[in-house]
Amino acid sequence: MFKVENIRKDFPILSRQVNGKPLVYFDNAATSQTPQQVIDVIVDYYSNYNANIHRGVHALSQEATDLYEQARYKIQAHFNAKHAHEIIYTSGTTHGINLVANGFSTILKKGDEIIVSALEHHSNIVPWQMLCERTGASLKVIPMNQNGELEIKAFETLINQNTKLVFVNHISNALGTINPIEHIIKKAHEVGAAVLVDGAQSSPHIKPDVQALDVDFYVVSAHKMCGPTGVGVLYGKEDWLNKLPPYQGGGEMIAEVTFEKTTYAALPHKFEAGTPNICGGIAFGAAIDYMNAVGFDAIAAYEHELLKYATNKLLEIEGLKIYGTSKHKTSVISFNLEGIHPYDVGTILDKLGVAVRTGHHCAQPIMDYFKIPGTVRASFAFYNTKSEIDILVEGVKKAKMMLS
Amino acid sequence: MTIEEIQNEIIDEFSMFEDWEERYQYMIDLGKDLPLIDDQYKTDNNIIKGCQSKVWVHAEMNDDKVDFTADSDAIITKGIIAILIRVFSNQHPKDIIEANTDFIDKIGLKEHLSPTRANGLVSMVKQLKMYAIAYQTQLK
Repeated sequence: MFKVENIRKDFPILSRQVNGKPLVYFDNAATSQTPQQVIDVIVDYYSNYNANIHRGVHALSQEATDLYEQARYKIQAHFNAKHAHEIIYTSGTTHGINLVANGFSTILKKGDEIIVSALEHHSNIVPWQMLCERTGASLKVIPMNQNGELEIKAFETLINQNTKLVFVNHISNALGTINPIEHIIKKAHEVGAAVLVDGAQSSPHIKPDVQALDVDFYVVSAHKMCGPTGVGVLYGKEDWLNKLPPYQGGGEMIAEVTFEKTTYAALPHKFEAGTPNICGGIAFGAAIDYMNAVGFDAIAAYEHELLKYATNKLLEIEGLKIYGTSKHKTSVISFNLEGIHPYDVGTILDKLGVAVRTGHHCAQPIMDYFKIPGTVRASFAFYNTKSEIDILVEGVKKAKMMLS
Repeated sequence: MTIEEIQNEIIDEFSMFEDWEERYQYMIDLGKDLPLIDDQYKTDNNIIKGCQSKVWVHAEMNDDKVDFTADSDAIITKGIIAILIRVFSNQHPKDIIEANTDFIDKIGLKEHLSPTRANGLVSMVKQLKMYAIAYQTQLK
């Protein structure tokens, strides 16, 4: 049974104060908070298991290796990957994207096309621009509409036999829009293009099934899913991962090294050069356990209720405009007060203990589309409450009063 | 008045405020009141690069003293600029370069000194001092 008051007890940070007020944490799309269950695993790791993995014959190394590889199995099961070696540990979503982009630089040639969406985070635009510069491929953009939804009809005209890779986020970080990736994947596969989906914003809210989606690559970060920062995974279909060259050279990723030639290790190690974030990987597994114990259906239903409640309450404020009004969205509200800079609103909210994000959310093209300098973004997680939303709403009213 | 005298005057003014709301309301009012810069100087060249609010700064040397004008599209930022201009404008370059900014802490705006605020006081003060350094070399 989902009881938010019990869940909140798992998160020590939620009982701290900010500027003399109880913390209201609404910056979950930037990073989620960490439950005690995950913190305990981190402490336990450094207290009892800390060692380098995959090479030591001693007990500590073997125990740490077991924990790290068990976590990989947990992550595999969670995303329903066919094989554990299709789960590549990374330092996070950005690393995963760059790994794939780098790999495609050996595959793409002049005349090839890459399609990205207008709803992307900067980290999802820049690697592709760099890739195009290196290979001579060109970049096409799926436009968006006033509701912050992708124009799927336009996508269908962009895609053709030259399309080699489609890149889209599952959910927009700036607006919360859920993109129709099933349709995009199907259309891309019809012309033989691969699809990489950024799941950084979706993985905290829904449980994607990579086999059912038939997606070629899916990238996530642990820290958006109640895990620690500095760790994430790239899921890739076995065939694709075998085709891509290694990203970084170093220890762990090799089978045999002589000065004449190096043979690379098999998956997943081919892509995991150097000592990884061992504790992070193990803690990521614990975070996935935690979120599954709460239950993704319960999480989605509760967050939807929070979204509806907050949307209605905020829209009662005169002059408040919400950006991203798709029917299909997660618990993210990007808004502005008429004639008031988002930075000012965020500053006042911070004084009231309310943590929101202000600015362009690393998605300048979206802000340019709406012709605004940025927005105030409140993003809710399953440990937030309606009474916290009331504090936000009162704060926005106060900001409006002080600033207009 | 010297920079230090102006800073002390500002500290005195802010000591009258009882809480953050009064302090911020004062800054917001400062931001609203002042036409801070001539429109011809609101060019991309004069923007202090950052990812939050836009800040324009223009400097001129008159009688061996530096005069600053500035503006921002965010009103709290504009209020902060108004305070900085009051402190640093119409001063000798050498005094601007040597001035410290401890008064910011004393007037309860310490959070704006955080380097995470891209358009925070830190980059503004740095920019003002850069201008002062440039004018100082001209004087030599």
